[in-house]
Amino acid sequence: MWALINKLRSPKWFYGISARLQPWFWTAALILIAIGTVWGLAFAPADYQQGNSFRIIYVHVPAAFLAQSIFVSMAISAVVFMVWKIKICDMAAAMMAPLGAAMTFIALFSGAVWGMPTWGTWWMWDARLTSMLILLFLYLGVIALRGAFTSRDSASRAASVLAMVGVINIPIIKYSVDWWYTLHQPATFTITGRAAMPLEMWLPLLIMVLGFYSFFIALTLTRTRSEILRREANKRWVRELAEEAP
Amino acid sequence: MFFDSFSELFAMGGHAPYVWAAWGVTAALLLGTVIHARAERRQLLRQLKRRVRRESRLAGRSVGTQPIQTSRGGGTNEA
Repeated sequence: MWALINKLRSPKWFYGISARLQPWFWTAALILIAIGTVWGLAFAPADYQQGNSFRIIYVHVPAAFLAQSIFVSMAISAVVFMVWKIKICDMAAAMMAPLGAAMTFIALFSGAVWGMPTWGTWWMWDARLTSMLILLFLYLGVIALRGAFTSRDSASRAASVLAMVGVINIPIIKYSVDWWYTLHQPATFTITGRAAMPLEMWLPLLIMVLGFYSFFIALTLTRTRSEILRREANKRWVRELAEEAP
Repeated sequence: MFFDSFSELFAMGGHAPYVWAAWGVTAALLLGTVIHARAERRQLLRQLKRRVRRESRLAGRSVGTQPIQTSRGGGTNEA
């Protein structure tokens, strides 16, 4: 743990290790999402109540999982950045926010077009939907804060504080379906128990969830490398790298 | 396959607009993200390269062709 934190102090070390890791995650993401898409759209059985609209689950649930996981990752990165002053964590957090916002948007949008044939409405101001909308605003707030300061240090600190405070919304989203009466059904998908769903529906969903997580890791590695080039442009090793680049 | 034909797959048992809208938006955002990340990296590398080249030229340790080097090198010496 401490060895890792000390290594993370060196953007150069991260740049090297991420170069070796990222092709694995990109390949995994591509394969898993491709299999999950074909399986979920064409081979999984239709739901006996919802028919084929149920296939929206294969983008809705992975996106909603990721939307929340990315915010937690961002908050953890913010803590590590604030406590140990590790710049690479702030760079990664900055790169996670737009993907998190995109995932929250996908979850809300796919939920709306799923809600229409299932509940008869696009939108309800109920606990789960509203707390997800707040998550989208939190992401947009983090992104806006980073752009609002001329000093990068102030921007990083402000965005980190918002991520650390905003993470309180995550347990609210998770337990909203238990605490309040809502249209949204309780969790049908868990990694540990899969009683709520038959195996031939659950397996493609598991593959899709894993694919989305691989996508998140791959994209964060790739974009953090770009952010290193942006922020460390004056370092000698970055300049040498630029000279060698084709 | 669960469906009997591809036209039935596209029809999604009458739920086509909902299913394909959700999947379409997801695919567009994921693809857009990847394209953006690639363009971002390529652009940063290009900028960095241009900057390094310009600064090394200003510092007078250019490795360009001889006539360019003398003219530019002379320019910086005079200034």
